[in-house]
Amino acid sequence: MAPVGSYDAIVVGAGHNGLVAACYLARAGLKTLVLERQPYIGGAAVSRRLYRDFTYSNCSYVCSLLRPEIIRTLQLPRFGLQLIPYEGGCTMMRDGGHLALYDNHDALRREIARHSKRDAEAYERYSRDVMRQCKFIKPLLMREPPDPTSFKPRDILELLHLGQRFHRLGERRMYDTLRFWSMSAADFLDEYFESEIVKAHFAGSSIIGTALGPRSPGTAYVLLHHYMGDIDDTVGAWGFARGGMGAISNALGASLQASGGAIRSGVEVARILVRGGRARGVALASGEEIRSRLVISNLDVRRTFLKTMDPGDLPDEFLRRVRNFKIRGSSGKLNIALDGLPSFPAIPAGAPCIRGDMHVTDTVEMMERAYDDWKDGRWSRAPYIDMLIPSQIDPSMVPDGKHYMSVFVQYCPYVLADGEWDGQQRQAFGDTVIDTIARHSPDFKSLILHAEIRTPWDIENEVGLTEGNIFQGELTMDQLLFNRPIPGYAQYRSPVRGMYMCGSSTHPGGGVMGAPGANAARAVLRDLRRMQPA
Amino acid sequence: MPADAVRPPHFEQPLLQTPFHARARALSQVDSFIPWAGYTTVDVFTHVEQEYFAIRNASTLYDLTPMVKYRITGRGGSAYLNRLVTRDVGKLKIDRVAYCVWCNDAGHLIDDGTVFRFGENEYRLCTAERQIDWLLDSAVGFEVDVTEITEEVAALALQGPTSFAVLKAAGLAGIERLRPFEIGRFSIATQPVTVSRTGFTGDLGYEIWMVPGSAEVVWDALMVAGRSRGIRAIGSQALNVARIEAGFISPKIDFLSAERTIRIGRERSPLELGLAWLVDFDKGHFTGRRALLEESRRGVRRRLVGLDVEGNKPAHNALLYAQRSGKHEIGFVTSATWSPTCKRNIALAMVDAPHFAVGGILWADIYLNRELVWERRMARSRVVERPFFAPDRRRATPPADF
Amino acid sequence: MSIEEVKSSYDCVVIGAGHNGLVCAATLARSGRSVLVLEAAGQVGGAASTREFATGFRVSACAHLLHLMSADLMRELNLAGMGLEYAAVDMPTTALAAGQPPMVVSEDRLGSEGAAYVAYAARMRRFAAVLAPILAAVPPRLGTQRWKDRLALLGAGWRIRKLGRRDMRELLRIGGMNVHDLLQENFTSPVLQGALAADAVLGTNFGPRSPGTVLTLLYRLAAQASAGAALAQPKGGMGALCEALARSATAAGADIRVSTPAARIVVEQDRAAGVVLESGRSIAARTVISSADPKTTFLRLLGAHFLDAGFVRSVNHLRTRGLAAKLHLALDRAPRFTDLEPASLGGRLLVAPSLEHIEHAYNHAKYGEYSAAPLMEVTVPTVNDPCLAPPGRHVLSAVVQYAPYGLKEGWQHGRQRFTDLAIDTLEGYAPGLRASIIGVELLTPEDIERDFRITGGHWHHAELAFDQFFMVRPVPGAAQYLTPVDGLFLCGAGCHPGGGVMGAAGRNAAHQVLKQVS
Repeated sequence: MAPVGSYDAIVVGAGHNGLVAACYLARAGLKTLVLERQPYIGGAAVSRRLYRDFTYSNCSYVCSLLRPEIIRTLQLPRFGLQLIPYEGGCTMMRDGGHLALYDNHDALRREIARHSKRDAEAYERYSRDVMRQCKFIKPLLMREPPDPTSFKPRDILELLHLGQRFHRLGERRMYDTLRFWSMSAADFLDEYFESEIVKAHFAGSSIIGTALGPRSPGTAYVLLHHYMGDIDDTVGAWGFARGGMGAISNALGASLQASGGAIRSGVEVARILVRGGRARGVALASGEEIRSRLVISNLDVRRTFLKTMDPGDLPDEFLRRVRNFKIRGSSGKLNIALDGLPSFPAIPAGAPCIRGDMHVTDTVEMMERAYDDWKDGRWSRAPYIDMLIPSQIDPSMVPDGKHYMSVFVQYCPYVLADGEWDGQQRQAFGDTVIDTIARHSPDFKSLILHAEIRTPWDIENEVGLTEGNIFQGELTMDQLLFNRPIPGYAQYRSPVRGMYMCGSSTHPGGGVMGAPGANAARAVLRDLRRMQPA
Repeated sequence: MPADAVRPPHFEQPLLQTPFHARARALSQVDSFIPWAGYTTVDVFTHVEQEYFAIRNASTLYDLTPMVKYRITGRGGSAYLNRLVTRDVGKLKIDRVAYCVWCNDAGHLIDDGTVFRFGENEYRLCTAERQIDWLLDSAVGFEVDVTEITEEVAALALQGPTSFAVLKAAGLAGIERLRPFEIGRFSIATQPVTVSRTGFTGDLGYEIWMVPGSAEVVWDALMVAGRSRGIRAIGSQALNVARIEAGFISPKIDFLSAERTIRIGRERSPLELGLAWLVDFDKGHFTGRRALLEESRRGVRRRLVGLDVEGNKPAHNALLYAQRSGKHEIGFVTSATWSPTCKRNIALAMVDAPHFAVGGILWADIYLNRELVWERRMARSRVVERPFFAPDRRRATPPADF
Repeated sequence: MSIEEVKSSYDCVVIGAGHNGLVCAATLARSGRSVLVLEAAGQVGGAASTREFATGFRVSACAHLLHLMSADLMRELNLAGMGLEYAAVDMPTTALAAGQPPMVVSEDRLGSEGAAYVAYAARMRRFAAVLAPILAAVPPRLGTQRWKDRLALLGAGWRIRKLGRRDMRELLRIGGMNVHDLLQENFTSPVLQGALAADAVLGTNFGPRSPGTVLTLLYRLAAQASAGAALAQPKGGMGALCEALARSATAAGADIRVSTPAARIVVEQDRAAGVVLESGRSIAARTVISSADPKTTFLRLLGAHFLDAGFVRSVNHLRTRGLAAKLHLALDRAPRFTDLEPASLGGRLLVAPSLEHIEHAYNHAKYGEYSAAPLMEVTVPTVNDPCLAPPGRHVLSAVVQYAPYGLKEGWQHGRQRFTDLAIDTLEGYAPGLRASIIGVELLTPEDIERDFRITGGHWHHAELAFDQFFMVRPVPGAAQYLTPVDGLFLCGAGCHPGGGVMGAAGRNAAHQVLKQVS
């Protein structure tokens, strides 16, 4: 078939990062096209109607870190995006007790003090230390990581900039930072708290989406994610998107179109076309070819380079590294339509914490044992769950009086030790999760109208994320900063000229943050300026 | 005091009520309450000026209960406190009180407070903020028991020139012999109380400590005894004016605990806060000693000073400049008030070296809201000695009986 | 000469006559300082001693192989001249796995994995060579204005750069990785993977999947890169090494007193001024150097009242929970391992048949349990050094992991079961072993704590982990062998670069003392 049309830039995949990158490129005046395999846009940030009038945030379920500068520049509120914070959160205990988190400082202190007076006050030191690290790390999110092996002025300046920022911390805080980045969440929390339930509650955010346990070194810094939104008074950076996570993607799509960009959904890119070491466009599964000067892939690196490119177009060494890039499926998801609000006897009547994230893992050991199961190719027999009922806050998602529950499950392997996932295995996994919740909610099972169960295998098939990994690659030290995704290719560029990466596989990684997309667009535009004759 | 069972849970009503709450609520005319260390307390009862003048002219009752209190006991109690605070607690006699500060390893202030010595190794530490985390970490290696007893001890500050007369009228035999910073045991309306001659107003005054069950009886008795001596309940705003006149610093206003700062360089050392007189380098080791020795050798980079500001508009939040032109910024005001007694416009300010010498002239950049129109004024300010107001009556023993 | 006969004043008093204390003392004495070494036990060596665990049977108490001590150090202290002899050097490593013939880990014996192993070993050697100088120097401080610190950091950076872009990128990538992934990338044989991973996790609180285990492996390889002997067995056990060290120190003029426990460190006018012995006697010194672990040094010998509360908090948080036990068997004949080549019996035998095996063994340790199927490093020292046992009899010495300090059920209950389990494991590889046993000793971390006065019974005094490494080891504020108290220094395994019979901490500390106190 003859090539149809020609673009300045094609973005492969309409996930939030692809859309962010496309928005920036379109705003810079490039003729931009986004191609999406599914009939809807959003990738993992979608709202879908899978049961009657219930809207599900199908995969991603909270907006944690979407950068305020992106929301502002791309005018997302104008295009319908409204972020609403959720309230508190809690962990229910096996003995019928609970720990809740409240926004009010005094309520929180008294709540933690029910478990340990000392921890209630140590919490201040904990928040201070985590906040100090946030302050240091936050500005790095929106920057391109320098290549430490390079002698290019830009890299050297960037390294110097990093060094200077680090140096400004002063000796003690520099050591604190070094330790913080390399510690396990469990060890880190041990330096603050004595109560098991307090440690367990905070440890939760260190394992979400990772193939690591709370005792694995390097998990402490993941604790930051809950705090990152709170700094510099960016109120409401952490919460729900009104109308579900799809609202983010839809706003991005609308912003893109308003800037003159185009989206084609329901078309699968089969090959990224390369000639003479340069990207030339894409070939669709239908056989159609679309020309473009630039191709930006929002797919994870493994999918991008191993499945949509010809290995002959890439250096062997690079391919080997791509194969070695760790993307591990470790999370499952249940979306449940409920006939009413389930009761949780552990939570006192009227406590607002059920409008936040609810958990049932009450010790760090329980969490670590859940991880041990995953290592052996089993889903956790007592999984860590991050469970939310967004319909309490956003009534637009469900029919009156009904509720929608999102249950994120850690850990669930991509491949089971005893074979592939099948319908029966999936159901057994779902039952494990439902039984876990039912232990804390006697009426829960009777309220279930519909439960959708997603294993990593399902997430891969539906969203395209390799192994269903929500971060498009493990967030371990060997895959962060200048190592992410591949050493030497951490600046959104690939070995092929005109071919870029903009997904969560790149710095600074996953979460509905948008930073990789924005950073990638910046790298693309800088290259364009350099190529243009003055 | 209402039983805890009938009070709404903490997630509905996060703030606690002190045992004096019912009395305070009854006297509050303007319903102005503020949170303090987890309690709800009165900011203003009637009118700030009336309450202020009662401090300087008659006597006042101020609910001190939210003050965080720790009981420190055990064989290593004295050694522990001496390693904690910068002052020599060994010199503190039994039944005496000392104002102290304590620092982290870097010599940065964690908090200030008062140490009460009740026995050989029995102390009470009173502070504005909770810090059991630091106090227990400091206890590693000492035979000491540190327990928070805030809820077990109710406290009132009775301050003002007629406070002695009020206590005498309330029947506290021997109160005339109680010297500044001394502790005595008395009873008020048959309720046993501990009285210390301490306070935060810089005036004659006492602090009265009791079990919560005695709170209302003691309050009522003092109000009766003080009726002819101008007694009135006061809130935090009036007290704040008095404490600035007295030159006292206040946490979260003039300094932030080094355990709470997030940004770099926001910590303060006692030397910077003008509290060098509280630091005893010869008493043996205490936390922060090496850092403070180094700082005193090197000289402080900034210091908290008193300012006498021209005009009558308090220099709230003002930046300070070396010249009127406002080019060279050298510090900022931390506390400011019009002093109704001195008739001076006074302030506490953090000033960079070398501009903090007494007698120096600085310029305060003051923003005035005059009938909703903002105006800016560079006010000439002079660095002066603190305190701004220190009447002799505060130390007289026996005090004058009005 | 009893303690009453020593001088009442020295330039330096070294607390503890373990190998680091002795190395430090010898180095200081050779530089002309008057040195007294105080040892609580009745012999020198600390955990690096030879121990009679059954009548007539002797064994190296903790570490049983010498492979980390640098050649420079051994030459400098003339250990050969002081009587150190080897019963064996370049000992082979053989991996045991049930149902498979033992695998000798050596370039020419690995069959299809041989080529991959050659490339892997060469690359790791290059990395180790770059890192080796870091072990032999006082770690720099961050954030100072001093050129020395900056140069040290730049120097390390420059050495890494000099590897070339490809190697540098690889080092920066794998440096933070787990050894499981590294070995998966390079090899397919589970037995080989297990054997190589064992070196990364021995003596650590990690499993192969724990990030940071490549670093612990590189650390070991870096020490080996400049070692005086590759996997060697000192004649007479590890105690013989320490005796040679002690002779070297004494020859240089140092006094060494055993059975002389120090009770506390004396501080006068903000300086360490000497030591008071448990006997009550005081000895004055300009510098006191402690080879005891940091918690013992700071919290017991010095006392919190001389330290800032934040510093004590850091010391208290130091993770010092030991995880390795030592099993000693007295045998009435040589053990017969199935299909084992005779040469291998005199070498190192590893029971670490796969990555999963080690990871599973580690799982238990996380929860305060001992491993149901432990990881073991086994030697039969009497093969090379028959004097350790009565004629014709043998000793088997095994490091058994994981056996955590603070076992949940208590070691008084777990000891026998864990001993049986370890013996059963060995019986599986060497049928008939159990019947030949005539004496057994198991040293759990709690025994090691008691016998060698190491808090937590950790061989490295403090866990080897990123956040307790290099310039933050043992804690910020005491990481350059200095302490907050002038005149008090650290020289034990709790300091950079850590434990193992390496001696680098002792030597670096001595250099720091010489620089600071002239």
